[in-house]
Formats: sequence, structure tokens, C-alpha cells
Amino acid sequence: MERMTKGELIFKIFAYTLVIIFSMMAIYPILYAFSVSISGKLAYESGAIILLPKDITFEAYRMVLYDKGFWIAYTNTLFYTIIGTAWSMAISMTGAYALQSRKLMFSRQWNFFLVLTMWFTAGMIPQFLNYKEMGINGRWGIIVAFGVQAYNIILLRNAFSGIPREYEEAAIVDGASEFQLFAKIYIPMSKASIATVTLFYAISRWNGYYWTRILLADSFQQPLQVYLRQLIENYQKLYDESAVVLNYSADSLAYAIIICSIVPILVIYPYIQKYFARGVNLGGVKG
Amino acid sequence: MTEIKMRESKSLQILKNLKKDWQIYVLLAPLVIWLCIWMYKPMSGLLIAFKRFEPADGIFGSEFKGFDNFINLMNGVTKKEFWQAFRNTFIISSYSLVFGFPVPIILALLFSEIGNETTRKITQTITYLPHFLSEVTITGIALMLVYNGVSSTGVIAQLFIKLGLIEPSASIIQQSQYFRPLYVIVGIWKESGYSSIVYFAAIMSVSPTLYEALRVDGGNKLQEIRYVTIPGMAPTLIIMIIMRIGRMLSIGYERVLLLYNANIYITADVLSTFEQRIGILSGNYGVGAASSLFNSLIAFALVLGANTISRNISKTSLW
Repeated sequence: MERMTKGELIFKIFAYTLVIIFSMMAIYPILYAFSVSISGKLAYESGAIILLPKDITFEAYRMVLYDKGFWIAYTNTLFYTIIGTAWSMAISMTGAYALQSRKLMFSRQWNFFLVLTMWFTAGMIPQFLNYKEMGINGRWGIIVAFGVQAYNIILLRNAFSGIPREYEEAAIVDGASEFQLFAKIYIPMSKASIATVTLFYAISRWNGYYWTRILLADSFQQPLQVYLRQLIENYQKLYDESAVVLNYSADSLAYAIIICSIVPILVIYPYIQKYFARGVNLGGVKG
Repeated sequence: MTEIKMRESKSLQILKNLKKDWQIYVLLAPLVIWLCIWMYKPMSGLLIAFKRFEPADGIFGSEFKGFDNFINLMNGVTKKEFWQAFRNTFIISSYSLVFGFPVPIILALLFSEIGNETTRKITQTITYLPHFLSEVTITGIALMLVYNGVSSTGVIAQLFIKLGLIEPSASIIQQSQYFRPLYVIVGIWKESGYSSIVYFAAIMSVSPTLYEALRVDGGNKLQEIRYVTIPGMAPTLIIMIIMRIGRMLSIGYERVLLLYNANIYITADVLSTFEQRIGILSGNYGVGAASSLFNSLIAFALVLGANTISRNISKTSLW
């Protein structure tokens, strides 16, 4: 192995140190939130918790898990995520396939029609009025009216167009129709990119907040993020209203709700993270 | 005569192709319809910027008022608020650009120096994570960490008080001078790890022979970064800067909405949050749409401008 010069060695040590510090800073708030969520009231309020929990208690989680509103919101979010992602993927995959097809006439114009929406949008008020006019105020409205993103379609389009022509030609010789080419060649050969984009859509559905809060008329349909935010706005009051003396602090309760809301993402995250780095690089940023 | 024939044969050709490849258009249709209804149709709603909008009359039936809404917006009752939001938008996005933009680049450079694959993978995975958590979660945690109250003090607030960075009685959430740093830092926490992916890929694609050549010439590490790595990732850098500048006016309203409160509008209110207060919450749609249109046009001009400049200087552009 080549010997490092002194300067290079110092640089290496410097790089390792900084990277480790940075990743600790990135994860610290989440670890801390977890620690507080399972710590006792006195330990927390005296400022004794820096990283590790003290006087461990799971009472805050019990309160969250016995809360009916929490489960309603959780189920709603599952619905928005699963059905919404399926809807987004159906439109995006078919669209991406057509946009890269050599047989599509005016292909440049169609692509521009999509890409323009990345750079020019009507803005919040006209969009809001459009949602109102189209009667978007319930579950299915949220599914249908949201979740098609030009960037994701470009990712898929680029993945599809990277598939060697020979496969398509061979299938055409065998008499395959466009639908069959799409379903039997393009989809199976772009699994990694499809997984990546599915993930992007699923996460943006899971995390969706603003429009659902503004548009949903019925509070029983609200997703987890809206519920979570309302609790963050009111948890102190909620806590003070509790009849019994609690052995965990109000903040523990808020942190417990936050942790519950991110558990699904934390669980799947290590498995999926290899896909998105690959997918992002595959797509490139060019329209 | 021949021209007519040619035109005829051209439209005939189009019909022929349509008949032959109709399945392609069936596959394209859902996307086009979706974009028309949810992206392009609302653009007609921008017309209400020039109208006195009555929901009962609809967008096209409402009375035409010329530039009244714009005059009201920029020179009427909302004058102070509008220009304050306009200024804040520019200041906050400049801060994000100056402080936030370099972080993922530096991070990518550092990652590329980590020879130990396991260490690199783990640190990368950890730094990407906040990107996937919702704004509600991230801002919720941030607000609690900096909260300085009677019964509890967030751990970051405690640290700042100990270090003497803030007064023991200060409130990072309620005092206007803290909003912009808070916003920028939350942004760096959430996005810089994930944004580094693109730069990291650019660094990895720089040809190793270039490094070897420099090494033969006796170049050191910093020269390597200066003369090989940075030029190698220049196209990526330029594209990212164009996108960033293009989005200067549309900074994430969700994050601002979740972090600010009525006491700190003076530094925190941006165009999009102003717009949603005046339009959606107060129902003043005409003035809100005027602000929307103003916002969209400047944003679009910024992208066009940045793209043209970069095309002329470096031959790199978005389209």
C-alpha cells in the first residue's frame, strides 16, 4: 500500500472526525426525544437528561396507545399512504413510459408540458380555489388530487429509456403490443427505480400535512401529521387537564407521540436506503 | 398545390400513427389529464388577481378590476405586511443559500475521504434520515429543544444559556431575532445529508487518473480538491445552484408555518405564509392571488435568468 504523507494523514483524521460529529448531531435530537419519552418527570424537569433516559417509565406511551384519536389518525395515514401511493405510481409509470417512447409524436412538447410544472405553478390561492371548486374535502379527494410529482416521473422516464432497445425489438417481433411491452419488459427491468419512486411517494404521503389540514372537512379523516401537530400545539393543556398526578412530564408525552409517528419510517429505513441513493443517481436532475 | 398536398399527407401521417400507436396515447392520457386538472387549470385562477372575486360568480363571472388588487396589495392596507414578507423571503433564502448550500458539498467531500466503507455507509445513512421525517416531526422536535419555559427547558436552550449565547429569560421561539438562524439550522439538519448524495455521486465519477496525474506533479490534498474535485463536480454544482435560485421565492411555507407565530412576523413572515393568511384564512382571494401571481412570475424569471447565465458561462443548463 502507498504510504500517506503527513498532510494526508491529518486530512483523513480531520475528515473522519467531522463526519462523525456531523452524523451525531443529525441523530442526536431523535435519540434525545426517545430518551425523554421514557424518562421520569423529576429527572427531566431538573434538566438531568442529556442523552440517556433516567427513571425509566413507559407511562407516556401507554397514554398515547390508549388514545382513540391517535389510532384513528394512524389508520387514516395508512390509508392515504397505501392507496395514495398506488394511485401516484399508476399515473407516473404509465406517463413515464409514454413520455420516453420513440413512437410518441410531439414527444418534446409533451415532456415540456410535464417539466414546466416544476418551474411554474399557479400558486397557493388559485390551487386552493381549484380544490374547493372540485369539491376536494374528503378521503378520496386527497388521494386523487395530490401526489403526482414531475421529478419522480422524470426519474422513471430516465430509467425506462435506459433499457436497451434490443429487448423491445425482440418482443415486437414476437407480436407484443405497447401494453405488453410496458407490463412485461419495462416494469420488470426497472425494479430498483420503481422501488425508489414508490418510496418517495409513500414517504411524501406519510408526511403530508398542510393541504390535508386545510381541506379535510371531517376531523375523523385527518392523518397522523395533522393530529400530531394539533397535539404539539396543545399538549401542555392536555397534560394539565389530566386528573391524576402523572410521573412523566408533558414533554415526555409529546416526544412519545413523535416517536410513535416515526417508528414505521425508522423500521423500513435501513432496508430501503440503498435504493434511493441508486435511484437518485440513475435519474439525474436534467429535465 | 404541392404544399397543400404535403400538409394533407402530414396530418394523414399523424392520424395513421395515432391509429397504429394508440396504446401509447392511452398510457399518456391519465398523466396529461391529471396535470390539466390539478396543475394547469388552477393557472386560470390567476385571473382573479385582476378581478373582484365572488365565489358565487366563479372565476370567469367575477367583475374585472384591472390592477386594483395589486395596488391594494402593494400600496394599500396590506402594504407594510406585504413588503415585510417580500423582504423576509429574500433574506431567509439568502441565508439558506449562503449557510445551507455549502454544507452538503463539504459533507460530500468529507464522505469521499472516508476510506472505511462501513463507517462511511453508517454515517451517510444517519445523515440522510432527517430528510425522510415530516416537517411536523422535525419542527416539533426543534421547537421543544429550544423551548425555554417555567416547568421545562429544552436541552439546546439549556446549552445556549450555559454558553452565554442567550439570556436565561430569552425565548428562541417568541423573539424575532432568533427565527432566521432557527429556520436555517433546521433546514441544514433536515436536508444537508440527503442533498450530499448528488455531490457525492459527482465526486465519485471524477476519473482517478486525474488525481494520479496531480500526485505525480507533487500536488497536495487541498490542491487535489481545488484543481480536480471541484472542477469535476462543476456541472452538478451549477445545476443545483440554478435550481436553488429558481426556488428562492418559494421557500417551504410548511416549515415557516410550523415554526413561526404571530409575535415574530416581523422576521419570519414570508410571501407564501402571508399569502395563505390573507387568502385562505381571511378569504381575501383577489389580493392573495395577486401575491401568488407576483410570486410565481418572479420565481420563473429567476429560473430563466439563472439558466441563461449558466448556459452562457459554462454550457450547462437545465434545458
